[in-house]
Amino acid sequence: MRKLKLSTVLDHAVLIAGSLFMILPLLMLLQMTTVPDTEIIRTGPSLTIGDQLDDNFRKAMFEASGFSGENTGLSMLKNSMILGIGFAFGKIVLGMMAAYAIVYFRLRFATFAFWLIFTTLLLPLEVRILPSYEVVQWLGMLNTYQGLIIPLIASATATFFFRQFFRSVPEELVEAARIDGAGPVKFFIDILVPLSQTMIAAMFIIMFVYGWNQYLWPTMITTDEDMYTLVRGIKQIVQVLEGAVVPEFGRSNVLALVAVIPPVLVVVFFQSWFVKGLTESDK
Amino acid sequence: MKRAGFTTVSLPVLLLLPQLVIIAVFFYWPTVVALQSSFYLQDPFGFGSTFVGLQNYIDLFGSREYRRIASFTVVFSLLVTFFSLAIALVLAVKADKVLRGARTYRTLLMWVYAVAPPVAGFIAVIMFNQSWGPLTEFFGFFGHDYMVGVNFNDTAFSMILASVWKQVPVNFIFFLSGLQSIPRSVREAALIDNRSASGRFWDVTFPLLAPTGFFLLIINITYSLFDTFGIVDIVVKGEPGNNPMTLVYKVYVDGFRGNDLGGSSAQSVILMVLVLALTIFQFRLIDRRIHYT
Amino acid sequence: MAQVQLNNIGKTYPNGFEALHPTSFEIAEGEFTVLVGPSGCGKSTLLRMVAGLEDITSGELQIAGRVVNNVEPAERDIAMVFQNYALYPHMTVRKNIGYGLKNRGTSKQAIAQKVDEAAALLNLGDYLDRKPSQLSGGQRQRVAMGRAIVRDPALFLFDEPLSNLDAKLRNQMRIEIKALQRRLGVTSIYVTHDQVEAMTMADRIIVMNAGRIEQIGTPSEVYHNPASTFVAAFMGAPPMNLFPAKVTDGQVMLGDQPLCAAPAQGAVTAGIRPEDFTLDATGPLSMDVQIIEELGAHRLLHGTLGAHSVTVHVSNDISAATGLQRLSVRPDAVCLFNATDGKRL
Ligand SMILES: Nc1ncnc2c1ncn2[C@@H]1O[C@H](COP(=O)(O)OP(=O)(O)OP(=O)(O)O)[C@@H](O)[C@H]1O
Ligand SMILES: [Mg+2]
Repeated sequence: MRKLKLSTVLDHAVLIAGSLFMILPLLMLLQMTTVPDTEIIRTGPSLTIGDQLDDNFRKAMFEASGFSGENTGLSMLKNSMILGIGFAFGKIVLGMMAAYAIVYFRLRFATFAFWLIFTTLLLPLEVRILPSYEVVQWLGMLNTYQGLIIPLIASATATFFFRQFFRSVPEELVEAARIDGAGPVKFFIDILVPLSQTMIAAMFIIMFVYGWNQYLWPTMITTDEDMYTLVRGIKQIVQVLEGAVVPEFGRSNVLALVAVIPPVLVVVFFQSWFVKGLTESDK
Repeated sequence: MKRAGFTTVSLPVLLLLPQLVIIAVFFYWPTVVALQSSFYLQDPFGFGSTFVGLQNYIDLFGSREYRRIASFTVVFSLLVTFFSLAIALVLAVKADKVLRGARTYRTLLMWVYAVAPPVAGFIAVIMFNQSWGPLTEFFGFFGHDYMVGVNFNDTAFSMILASVWKQVPVNFIFFLSGLQSIPRSVREAALIDNRSASGRFWDVTFPLLAPTGFFLLIINITYSLFDTFGIVDIVVKGEPGNNPMTLVYKVYVDGFRGNDLGGSSAQSVILMVLVLALTIFQFRLIDRRIHYT
Repeated sequence: MAQVQLNNIGKTYPNGFEALHPTSFEIAEGEFTVLVGPSGCGKSTLLRMVAGLEDITSGELQIAGRVVNNVEPAERDIAMVFQNYALYPHMTVRKNIGYGLKNRGTSKQAIAQKVDEAAALLNLGDYLDRKPSQLSGGQRQRVAMGRAIVRDPALFLFDEPLSNLDAKLRNQMRIEIKALQRRLGVTSIYVTHDQVEAMTMADRIIVMNAGRIEQIGTPSEVYHNPASTFVAAFMGAPPMNLFPAKVTDGQVMLGDQPLCAAPAQGAVTAGIRPEDFTLDATGPLSMDVQIIEELGAHRLLHGTLGAHSVTVHVSNDISAATGLQRLSVRPDAVCLFNATDGKRL
């Protein structure tokens, strides 16, 4: 009995150490936002909790930094939201439509279409980043939301995921629906979409986080400061910190935290859906 | 395809069209352009280009710098993959075992999944701040003067640490769900057959987790190659200089900053071949994985 | 009037497999027809072609006097009950039952009324607002029936609707379905691989084997006058005993014992139902009983007759023992089959 207890204590010790490894950096960022920047320059992060959070938050969210004076935290937050939601939405809608066409229709060219779409899983955006930039430039979509979102959608993760799910839906359901007089559009709206609710939610969470966290593509495609997302803005924060006489750590850390909190909340609150979506899609 | 699929033709074509148009314009076209321009030498001022055959590739493989970056990328990927898998496995095994607080631990250990890589890089920059960074002080305590951005190894260590921190949660989630999908009856049978807990782990749990591990191996290598871009960029503060960098970062630096389009494209193509090999390997593993479970 | 008429209906799947050889038969109005046969013989294929879920690759199908080869399933005036019920998991029982009517544009009140009627008929009244996942297997089965009934179809189609239920529930539902069909008088085609279901429910049985019809007949015809050794062995539990026999001097000889008069010459197969044997101390046949299976109301004796295994059915008031027993058979109980193609002589 004693021995068993010892091993349990050990288990908890390991887990607590792991949890601290994960959470301490974030707590450190948070602490730094509560004390005056002058104090940080002297002592760095500490255990004191100051009263500067309000002030830093206001500066970060409503006062512009950078050159054009247009990228307040609020505007970056808006852009991040648009990117996260737009990307997730576009990806899911296109993915479901394509997967539905591939799984539920007798289409000669369905297999070919599937392979065309499937191939996109093989190469991430990073390996064709320059030509993609050129294409977007050529289409005049630099510094636009379309230019930000659409090229990111050009991969098949969601299509593949919904294809897998649709295939696991019992065959008899579509047969029963056909006998019940439902055509392809009715079946999709009345039956398949409601059935996919959990899958849609799981995909939405994963895709939202994925879109929100994009860095390389926004860095290339947005040069106007009012198009910056929070994550893309991190680069600017670091550069501004470098150059400053009294670096504004408080304000920068607020921005970093704002860049982290929304996707973290989504993942934490919808944990079970998210985990299900992640592990069942196999990426 | 379902055996009693609908026979309409126009509707599915309409459903497929948006997806196909987007991948044609933003996937196939750029990919072809990358392939093509890797055989051309671009005039630095944008006035036309000349076909040079394999010269860009030959230059790359002849370049000492490129070889140095490639070998750093390999070492970096292996270290990140190894440590994030190992730490996540230990944590998952423990989290699967404890009864109290299992949910809390799970949440605490996975939320970092949602943190963007550049933010992880930003945290590393603060942690290793030259004058007061807590980890700089920690190393200073042991007499090492830690200098991110100056000392190659120090910079590399910061990148690796941030990358591991960011990647442990994904592996943790997969390992935990792998552990939880081991049937109760199998665990109970093992409990009867084997008295020692570590014996049970190595004889039963570990082999059953192996497919998840193989799968994660590929995911982690891909992550270290591509998704760490943000971490690298922030830790070197956009100033590559003599700092460590990964192959993807080099593509970006040469192509976007240095305007060496041909060389950058050739690098892209090499990366393409690399991921292609990895992904094909992964799909074969997934096939096996299906048989396995 | 024939409610369903198949004229040389055949099915070749796109991969070239001929699942159903051209087949013709008719089903009269109100008749309960059971399609029975071993797994993979093409029963579902045939049924699904009637439903319109599978293309008809040759021949012509008429339902209620109308050629429906190219008519959508929803327009064929049929209803179908699936093996796994195929209930819409996200809809309540009420919605499940009413969905087909809604798609036909039936008014809300009319749907509500019909659903209530069906629910009353099937004792589903208390479950109308539940989702399928909150129902037992038998209840789900009834919802699937309800969905079929409300449509008031010209034809019911069932594809092994009871095979997901446990034995006891299966017996109960078998009777319920049959009673319901009697009451509603709707023409039905019922697919099963369970010959007991076929015998007990059918007005007419169609026995299929490897994409062909072996026999069409009433349960009694199929049982007592099997058209082939296949039917003889498939119908009945335990199945008919089949022995290879020789014809000499116009008599069918089993070993050295004459069984009955022979219509043909040469080798034949003789079939005898287990219950057509009588234990008879003076009988001509000698059986070596090895195992006695006690089944309550009767017993089964398993053993050998000459070189062949044999099963004999005796009622429980007759004492039986292992070892040698003498048997007799009425000559008119013996069915004779062609020894080469198995067809009835
Ligand atoms: N889509 C298809 N393509 C090719 N062959 C098929 C297809 N569907 C069924 N078959 C074949 O057709 C034959 C008949 O199948 P069917 O489903 O009608 O059998 P069944 O009599 O209903 O069997 P069970 O009792 O197992 O349901 C089988 O040999 C099957 O393998
Ligand atoms: Mg079948």
